[in-house]
Amino acid sequence: MDTVTAAIVGSGNIGTDLMYKLNRSELIDVRWMIGVDPASEGLARAAALGMAASAEGVDWLLAQSELPDLVFEATSAYVHVRNAPRYAEAGIRAIDLTPAARGPYVIPPVNLHTHLDQPNVNMVTCGGQATIPMVYAVSRIVPVPYAEIVATVASASAGPGTRQNIDEFTRTTARAVEVLGGAERGKAIIVLNPAEPPLIMQDTIFCAIPEDTDQAAIEESVDAVVAEVASYVPGYRLRQRPQFDPPAPRGPGYARVAVFIEVEGAGDYLPAYSGNLDIMTAAATKVGEEMARHMLAGRQVGAARGEAR
Amino acid sequence: MTYSDSLDIRITDSSLRDGSHAQAHQFTEDDVRTIVRALDGAGVPVIEVTHGDGLGGSSFNYGFSHTDERVLLATAVETADRARIAALMLPGLGTKDDIRAIADIGVSVVRIATHCTEADISEQHFGLAREIGLETVGFLMMAHSQPPEVIAAQARIMVDAGCQCVYVVDSAGALVLEQTGDRVAAVCAEIGSQAQVGFHGHENLALGVANSIIAIRNGAVQIDACTRRFGAGAGNTPTEALVAVCDRLGIRTGIDTLAMFDVAEDVVLPIMEAEPTLSRLALIMGYAGVYSSFLRHAFRAAERYGVSGADILMECGRRRLVGGQEDQIIDIAASLAAARPTPVGG
Repeated sequence: MDTVTAAIVGSGNIGTDLMYKLNRSELIDVRWMIGVDPASEGLARAAALGMAASAEGVDWLLAQSELPDLVFEATSAYVHVRNAPRYAEAGIRAIDLTPAARGPYVIPPVNLHTHLDQPNVNMVTCGGQATIPMVYAVSRIVPVPYAEIVATVASASAGPGTRQNIDEFTRTTARAVEVLGGAERGKAIIVLNPAEPPLIMQDTIFCAIPEDTDQAAIEESVDAVVAEVASYVPGYRLRQRPQFDPPAPRGPGYARVAVFIEVEGAGDYLPAYSGNLDIMTAAATKVGEEMARHMLAGRQVGAARGEAR
Repeated sequence: MTYSDSLDIRITDSSLRDGSHAQAHQFTEDDVRTIVRALDGAGVPVIEVTHGDGLGGSSFNYGFSHTDERVLLATAVETADRARIAALMLPGLGTKDDIRAIADIGVSVVRIATHCTEADISEQHFGLAREIGLETVGFLMMAHSQPPEVIAAQARIMVDAGCQCVYVVDSAGALVLEQTGDRVAAVCAEIGSQAQVGFHGHENLALGVANSIIAIRNGAVQIDACTRRFGAGAGNTPTEALVAVCDRLGIRTGIDTLAMFDVAEDVVLPIMEAEPTLSRLALIMGYAGVYSSFLRHAFRAAERYGVSGADILMECGRRRLVGGQEDQIIDIAASLAAARPTPVGG
C-alpha cells in the first residue's frame, strides 16, 4: 500500500506517544524523530524502531535530501510559531499539536474533512479535543448562547509546556469552543489535581440551552458523538448521564445541560491516567491519516492522468 | 520580623472576595461602596474585592456574578481613601489579560493563587504583575494537604517568579495550631528576607484567630480576615476579633479596635444574606479537609438530588478534590442519587 512520509518534531512525552500510534498506521510512514536533547528517551526509542533520530532540531530535518510529506509538531506554541513558516516554505504540511493556532482548528467529529488541503492545521488543546465534541453535539440540536468547559488533569500529566502556557490553553480552548463547538460565547477552565494515584482526565461541559429543549434529542446527539470520539480514543466515555437544570433563580437566566466525560489513555507510551495527552495524539493521528488518504487519492488521480497522456 | 516600622502585621480584609462565596456572588456596587468606606475608615490597610473564585470566576461552575467584578473593583478603588485594593486571580481560570485590566482600574495588589503543589503555573503571572508595578501576593491553597517542606519548596517557586509575600492558605479550615506554625516557619526559613509570609485561615474547626496568632509567632507578617467571618465554609478569621486579640497582645495592626466592632455589627452584618455558621457541613469540611467554597455548592446539590450534603462532602474529601473542581459535586450528587435503593412499598 502507498504511504505518505512523516516526521515528528518534539521527542518529549507527546511526540513519543504519537510515534507509537503513527507507527501502527497503514497510511503514514513515520521516518524521522527530531528533538533537541541527545539524552531524550523519545529519540532513543525512535532509533530503536529504525527511524532517523536527531537531536539537532528542525535545522537538521530541513537540511535532509529527502523531506517528509507531513510534520507533526509536538514542541511548544512558541517553537511552532518559529517553525511554521519554514515548513510552509519547504512544502511540508504541518499538523500542530501545540496551542500556537497558526492554521485552522481541527476537531475530528466536527470538521475532519474541512481542511485537508491546508498547509497547517491546529489540534487546539487536549481539553479542547475532549470537550468541544460535546459542545458540538449540543449546538447541532439547539442554539447554545454560552458554553463553558472545565478540564481536570492529573498534575503528573501536565508537563512544563502546559504549565508555562496555561493562559494559551484557556484562550485557545475558549476560542475553539466558539469557532468549532458552535457556542456564541465560550469559556475554558483548567484545574490540576496532584492526587496519588493520579486521576484520569475528567471534563465537564456546561452548555446554556433554551428552556423548552427536547432533552431526549440532546442526549441522543451526545451519545452519538461520544461513540464517534471513542472510535479513535477508546478510553473516551460518559461518566454520568447528561444533567438538565432550569435557569438558576439568580444568574443570567440560562437553562443548562451538563455533560460529564472521562478520558482514559491507551497507555501506548504514557500511563493510562494521561487521557489528556492520549486524546491529543489519537486525534492528531486521525487527522494525519485523513490527510494522508486525501494526498494519496490526489497522487492516484495525478498518476492516472499521467498514464493517459 | 515586622511588616513595617509602624505595623507589626498587615491585615487584608477579604469580606468582599471570600464573602462573595457566602453571598452567592451577588455583591452590588452599593455593597462595595458601603463596606469599603467603613473598613477604610477603621484603618484596614488592604481590602480584597473579586468574585469568590477570583478574576473570571463568574461562570456556571462557580456561580455567576450579579455585578461585573471590574465594576466592583473600580467602585472600591474610587471609594477608598487610604486602603489599598487587592484582587485575587487563579491561573487556569483568570489570565494575564485580567491582571492588565485590574492594573488599569487602579487596583494595587494582585493575589495569585494555586493549589499548594502547582506553584509553577503562576510564574508568567507574577512576572507580568511585577513588570506593570503591582504588589504581588502568592496563595498556596489547601496547605493542610502537604507537609511543611513541600509548602516551602512551592513558596520558593513563587518568590523566584516575583512574589513578594507567600501565604499559607488553609482553604479547608483544616490546619490545627502547630500544623499552621510548622508550615509558616518552614516557608520563612526557605525564603528568608527575600519575601514576606502570610496566613489565610478559615473557621471550620473554629481556629481562625488562634491559627493566625500562631502564624504570627512563627514569622507571618500578613494575615487575612473577614469582617463578621464573611467568607466560605464556616467563614474566615473574624477581622474584628483578630484586631482585638492583636490589640491585647500588643501586636500593632493599625486598625481601630472599637471602630472595627462597629463596622462588623452596624455595616457588614446588615448586608450579609446569612452569617456563616459552624454547621455540621462546615465541620465536615474542616475535619475531612474539603475546600471551603464547596459548602454552598454541596448544599444546593444535596437539595437538587435529594441526597445527604455530608455524604457529598465526605466523597469530595475521599476523591481529594482541589479548589476549582466544583463541577465534580454535581457528578458526586448524581451518582449518590443513582446508587440510592429505590424505596419499596408504603
